[in-house]
Amino acid sequence: MSVENVLFWVFALGIVSSAFLVILARNPVHSAMALVGAFFFLAAEYVLLWAHTIAVLQVLVYAGAIMVLFLFVIMLLSLTDADLQPGQVTLARVVGGASAAGLCLVMVETLSKTKGAGQVIAGEQTQVFGTLAEMGRVIYTQYLFPFEAVSLLLLVAIVGAVVVAKARI
Amino acid sequence: MIPLTHHLILAAVLFCIGMAGVLVRRNALVVFMSIELMLNAANLTFLAFARDRADAAGHASAFFIIAVAAAEAAIGLAIVISVFRSRGTINMDELRTLRN
Repeated sequence: MSVENVLFWVFALGIVSSAFLVILARNPVHSAMALVGAFFFLAAEYVLLWAHTIAVLQVLVYAGAIMVLFLFVIMLLSLTDADLQPGQVTLARVVGGASAAGLCLVMVETLSKTKGAGQVIAGEQTQVFGTLAEMGRVIYTQYLFPFEAVSLLLLVAIVGAVVVAKARI
Repeated sequence: MIPLTHHLILAAVLFCIGMAGVLVRRNALVVFMSIELMLNAANLTFLAFARDRADAAGHASAFFIIAVAAAEAAIGLAIVISVFRSRGTINMDELRTLRN
């Protein structure tokens, strides 16, 4: 087994176990911390996939900005002990968990039959694939309109967040 | 080289864990975190196919997903704060005004 394979399994185990911690921890702060761990393992997985730029963005935007936002909100809400008690088991929750497990089985069964194109990154591509320059070239030549639309979306989100969260303006 | 299916199955498992979190947990904040997990599973799928086809378009898609996730987190958490301010709870089972 090559180093790459060993690293894949280590990171995959890290991702799955910290994802389980996110949904099983009673305290939201513990969930948030487990989520930070999951994001870091995912960033490592992205590096294995030659997506260096996305891995950096993952750490900066997800593990940095978004998680700080989550922790701020957790602190703002000042949850009481009653909020941390496990809720009662209802039919909806049992059915929900079972259907998620069922979907997991179906997807694993289906995806294991996928045949990849198996393109090998070779030649000049080894120098540029996954770099910021290559991503910028693709975004600014092929995806210019979506890029501008996303910038508008972020502006709307900023204004919307202020309007929704502020008691009175 | 790691086969494409390994990454796809990992993403599927991650997505289902996130989905289980959305369906089972009743704390609105944890539900949001589970949604972030599902978005990351989508990202992982995009990047796995980008690697498999040696096509940087998947990286552009992942970039857009990260931007949309940031917008979603900002708006969603603002809504959670606003709901907590008016209702004093973020338990999803107690928020049922629209149902009756």
